Amino acid sequence: MTIRGAARIAGAYEHPDRKIPGKSIPQVHAEVALGALADAGLAVADVDAYFCAGDAPGFGPVSMADYLGLKRLRFADSTETGGSSYIAHVGHAAAAIATGKCRVALITLAGLPRSQPVPRPSASALAPEAGFEQPYGPTTVSMYALAARRHMYEYGTTSAQLAAIKVAASQHAQHNPNAMLPQPVTVEEVLESPMISDPLHRLDCCVVSDGGGALVVVAPEVAARLPRQTVTVLGHGESPKVSAGSPIDLTYTGAVWSGPRAFDEAGITPADVDYASIYDSFTITVLQTIEDLGFCAKGKGGAFVADGALLAPHGALPFNTDGGGLCNNHPVNRGGMTKVIEAVRQLRGEAHPAVQVPDCQIALAHGNGGSLGTRSAAATLVLGRADA
Amino acid sequence: MTTPAPSHPAPSRPDLPAPPPAVNPETREFWEATAHGRLLLKRCMDCGIVIWYPRVICPECASLRTEWFEAAGRGRLYSYTVNHRGEGAYQGSPPFVLAYVELDEGPRLMTNVVGAAESELAVGMPVELVFHETGDGFALPRFRPLFPQGDTVPPHNARDPDSRPPGESH
Repeated sequence: MTIRGAARIAGAYEHPDRKIPGKSIPQVHAEVALGALADAGLAVADVDAYFCAGDAPGFGPVSMADYLGLKRLRFADSTETGGSSYIAHVGHAAAAIATGKCRVALITLAGLPRSQPVPRPSASALAPEAGFEQPYGPTTVSMYALAARRHMYEYGTTSAQLAAIKVAASQHAQHNPNAMLPQPVTVEEVLESPMISDPLHRLDCCVVSDGGGALVVVAPEVAARLPRQTVTVLGHGESPKVSAGSPIDLTYTGAVWSGPRAFDEAGITPADVDYASIYDSFTITVLQTIEDLGFCAKGKGGAFVADGALLAPHGALPFNTDGGGLCNNHPVNRGGMTKVIEAVRQLRGEAHPAVQVPDCQIALAHGNGGSLGTRSAAATLVLGRADA
Repeated sequence: MTTPAPSHPAPSRPDLPAPPPAVNPETREFWEATAHGRLLLKRCMDCGIVIWYPRVICPECASLRTEWFEAAGRGRLYSYTVNHRGEGAYQGSPPFVLAYVELDEGPRLMTNVVGAAESELAVGMPVELVFHETGDGFALPRFRPLFPQGDTVPPHNARDPDSRPPGESH
């Protein structure tokens, strides 16, 4: 059994704001939910499945379903795999639709880390590894820096090559009026920005933004009645990466498994991908992911990106044409939602004309959650134009 | 468990913060040994792998037959970062080194490297175990550069990117 062609993305909405004082987190969930439903031409009353992750306040999916007035739910899923959650949710929604469990699935993400910063939840103190890691002071940036250092050691990757990823994202962000960092930057500017956790500089990191986004995934017979162009879910793969019995290896991610699963289900190869939304919490995240997905050979990502491959519309692998998490938006420190939204824009031909990939037929969205090489979750989604 | 006298320096007060670890019944023996300057590892008595981090189940073969043994306390730097933005107990700390060290016994464990200037650090460099008291009766295993006896500066080849740990090939 496969989800290929079994579901369509009918609605996609990115909150336009990057700083949202004076609103509650549930309120922003409601704004993005209504935005995505309006985009699809549907209403709250049509929703029979709801998906959310750890950013949703309250009791799993129940509190937000209650708040939003989702009275007809037949299916709910609160899979929490960090920033990759929402990409996994699309796959789960397609599987639920394919098996007849639901017909209209709503997925929401929202939060306010800039306006209402809250301490990180301390549940991690109970994690089995906590005693052996937390006392040493790991932070999100430093865990990715460890992966970058090892990649540099094994493959000769350089800071300038990592910087080329930020440069490409900034070239795209200049066309996005909502981007947090709309100014193009140079490799030199990245390298001269303050060191956060060696070898990662401030400009190797994504932005921190309020906001969110939502998606509506529907059965094909629902899509057929809607006025809006929909995109087809062609394939999905996911994989948590654990080290378990082997020594930790920081040079690869779970994309080595999630990618082939998604490509196989879609019946395509990486060469068929016209546009890719690649998770970009940090520049090293992009570098390892494009290698692991097979867009270039392992260890050759540095040369690939330095050669301009990521630049839209004519690079070998146009990526993150909204500016991505590195320059546009990384709501609630979770970039998976915006990755899917920009892929939908590309397939609908609604990206900014300066970065729209001509005749974009196949798009990929990939998410990563957790610590890149140590313990992480990967999810890959392959989408196609409805007429493809 | 009988073990030889530790060859590592006795636990000492560090310059770096040494926050107390989360200890539970599964890991208490590990942490009690740190107070005596001993780094314990778990070995699977069925498949033989060395398990890190310590737990009752073997993550390779699911055996529940595991045993503690003492690590020699030497290894090589697998990766490191100088973190300029500490959080939690490290908030406001001067830049410090977060690292993974590959022990001679095989596991790669998260730790801090101390007693080394940033310019002396290099992936693959040999390191040795030190313990830093946490103030709650336990001590954190950390590592410092292991220079040949009599040397006070690292050998030049420690900075050579082509000098890789034995047994690694890529």
